[in-house]
Amino acid sequence: MDLPVIWFLLIAVLWTGYLVLEGFDFGVGMLLAVLPRGDRARREKERRLLINTVGPVWDGNEVWLLTAGGATFAAFPEWYATLFSGFYLPLFLILLALIVRVVAFEWRGKIDDDRWRAWADRALMVGSFVPSLLWGVAFANLVRGVELDADHQYVGGFLALLSPFALLGGLVTLSLFLTHGAVFLAMKVDGDMRERAATFASRSSVVTLVAAGTWAVWAQLAYSVAWTWAAVLVAAAALLTVVRATRARREGVAFTASAVAIVAAVVLIFGSMFPAVMPALDPANSLTVENASSTDYTLTVMTWVAAVLTPLVLLYQGWTYWVFRKRLTLEHIPEATGLTFARVTSRS
Amino acid sequence: MDALDLARWQFGITTVYHFVFVPLTIGLSPLVAIMQTAWVRTGNERWLRLTKFFGKLLLINFAIGVATGIVQEFQFGMNWSEYSRFVGDVFGAPLAMEALAAFFVESTFLGLWIFGWDKLPKRIHLACIWAVAVATTLSAFFILAANSWMQHPVGTTFNFETGRAEMTDVVAVLTNPTVLAAFPHTVAAAFLTAGTFVAGIAAWWMVRLARSGQADKARDVYRPAVVLGLVTMLVSGAGVAVSGDWQAKLMFQQQPAKMAAAEGLCESQDGAPFSILAIGDLTNDCAGVRHLVELPGVTSYLATGDFSAPIRGVEELQEHYARWISDWEEENGVPPTFDEDTRFYPNLAVTYWSFRLMIGLGAGSAALALAALWLLRRKGSVTDRPWFATLGLAAIPTPFLASAFGWVFTEMGRQPWIVAPNPDASGVDGVWLLTARGVSEVVSPGMVVFSMVGFTLLYGVLMVVWFRLMRRYAVEGVADTERDPSPEAAPPADDDADGTTRPLSFAY
Repeated sequence: MDLPVIWFLLIAVLWTGYLVLEGFDFGVGMLLAVLPRGDRARREKERRLLINTVGPVWDGNEVWLLTAGGATFAAFPEWYATLFSGFYLPLFLILLALIVRVVAFEWRGKIDDDRWRAWADRALMVGSFVPSLLWGVAFANLVRGVELDADHQYVGGFLALLSPFALLGGLVTLSLFLTHGAVFLAMKVDGDMRERAATFASRSSVVTLVAAGTWAVWAQLAYSVAWTWAAVLVAAAALLTVVRATRARREGVAFTASAVAIVAAVVLIFGSMFPAVMPALDPANSLTVENASSTDYTLTVMTWVAAVLTPLVLLYQGWTYWVFRKRLTLEHIPEATGLTFARVTSRS
Repeated sequence: MDALDLARWQFGITTVYHFVFVPLTIGLSPLVAIMQTAWVRTGNERWLRLTKFFGKLLLINFAIGVATGIVQEFQFGMNWSEYSRFVGDVFGAPLAMEALAAFFVESTFLGLWIFGWDKLPKRIHLACIWAVAVATTLSAFFILAANSWMQHPVGTTFNFETGRAEMTDVVAVLTNPTVLAAFPHTVAAAFLTAGTFVAGIAAWWMVRLARSGQADKARDVYRPAVVLGLVTMLVSGAGVAVSGDWQAKLMFQQQPAKMAAAEGLCESQDGAPFSILAIGDLTNDCAGVRHLVELPGVTSYLATGDFSAPIRGVEELQEHYARWISDWEEENGVPPTFDEDTRFYPNLAVTYWSFRLMIGLGAGSAALALAALWLLRRKGSVTDRPWFATLGLAAIPTPFLASAFGWVFTEMGRQPWIVAPNPDASGVDGVWLLTARGVSEVVSPGMVVFSMVGFTLLYGVLMVVWFRLMRRYAVEGVADTERDPSPEAAPPADDDADGTTRPLSFAY
């Protein structure tokens, strides 16, 4: 196999890592708006329960995106340049969302004040919702093909990115991440919240099954190649497993299944594009693994770097998940330790 | 303004903003790691209290650095896609390495450090903050290697067929003399920032406590912090000066127009003076520059070690670059990339003043260091002089500003190039790019304005929130006591065994 193809696969792997991992913390972020119940104090404690299930890991999850971006730049500069300049506005919105989300995670508990927390919660919910929707829109456009000119510049404009197929793609990732997040929560918490998350997941997985099924069949019939039907079947089986396993309260199985569904989606997306990395509506203008890639020298260097470092990353990230493997309950959530902005009187 | 100016403004805003937070993260991570090491090794609770106190400030700062860093990774493709096409084969590699080798370590081990106080054995937990500290510095190395390549391309050839730069030697890219000078300079400046931050806050607290009859606490907790900050400032201050001198000497060879502009040196001169004060009109023209105060021969000395060495001025350099580039283009049948209006030297006023502000603002840290050396010279002494507290607070922003001006200088000084031509005899032919040719072709001015307004508004709000949080946590001071949270001190309650659940030692 030649190097550009290896790097195409590696970038697919990086996106898989990103969507599987950040997918559930996006889901948890959105579910802050849905799952917590009860009076104000209780709701606040439940929100903290949710946030702390991803507390130690969300940042490491997000780095998979930065790595996918960096790897695309290094291995396929033309792809990076055309994609990022062409999908300018959606990426801008994703960046704003990710920024407010990052600071909200870290700053939320620093100030003990309801209005402060309300702002942080909005940032977490919107910051998780927007990318969940827009990543799907972006990938659906890659599956569908976009308008590139002979110089491989995107000339389609913003509105062309919002075709029904692309919007449905957005709904697919949105519902997929909601389900993935709910399943993750069912696996990570105990008590009432576990029940609620599992119930939510068992319902949302049906919605996901319908949306993703429609989108995948559409993608297969209109834009993809025959062998990716296998990915569609795997995704369908995985989502059915999510439905059944959440009903049976077998959370580990359900989480594995929703992760498999995301992997299958990435396989479908990348499989349908190959050998293009950015298919053009006029196939003559497509960016492909060959015409978009870096030189063999650069790819060789980067292959060594990735071959040495990626297993290490998997090892220590896996260890983190092991360290924080225990289920959390409301009893684990300590009293709020934030300060207030009220004027500090001398402590002497 | 056209899309080019807008894209440059946007890059300037997002990058300078990002770099407000980065030096403190790079410098403070190892200082917190040192504090925690002192606690683990001596068992003295004061170091645990200091670790927790400065650790909170580190985390508040870390978050916004991470958040604004995502933009950095993406905006090359968004606003500078033609640049990305031209350099991706070389420039993308250190960026990808940074993500794989540094960002993953940083983010993963920071999570372990924040949430792992009661879950990890003391020494493993300590190793986590050291991993974060090493990774932040490693991250600086890779991004500086990428930036240094733009200042001085090496390990690369120009592919005439594709019109792109191609990497031929990754070792040369990672051992570029430019990065070997820029890395110690930037990291030393980061330590200076963090040392000033720690010493400044601790100085303020020391005086405050000493004046309210709590000299014991001042001596016990804040004196060691001032001393740690002081030692950091002294060592890193020397490092900044030495590496800066080295960098300047390199820059006179590699980017002579940048240094000539920094001196407002229009005409070539033997024994060029160092300008203390010059004024110019706003035309950015040599005709408008008037030198008022100068140190004779000093620029020549800084550049070469010889007070009478000849230094080329911007007028000569203008002709030199115009001839060099057009000769090369003619020889190789490359269509002309510039016209007679193109200036091959940067904005004189911006380079002149940013260079001086970068150096001059070092005085803030120096003043604090000298004051601390004098007032705390006796073993175990504390001070209650109010001016020391004021000086401590006043010094804190100075290295932040110096770093910002340093970047304005080095990036604005590279203009009109986004990739500056390598002037070495062994240099790289054809690997250069005018900034004007690096900007995205498909991104309209309206889109850039839209995103710039969006980023600027959001960044403005976040700056205010960041500042209020930092101030609030600094004013709270070091806790009076801090329980040893390690599993060695209190083995984790086994939920299954006795049915009790203990709250986490830390939660968001």
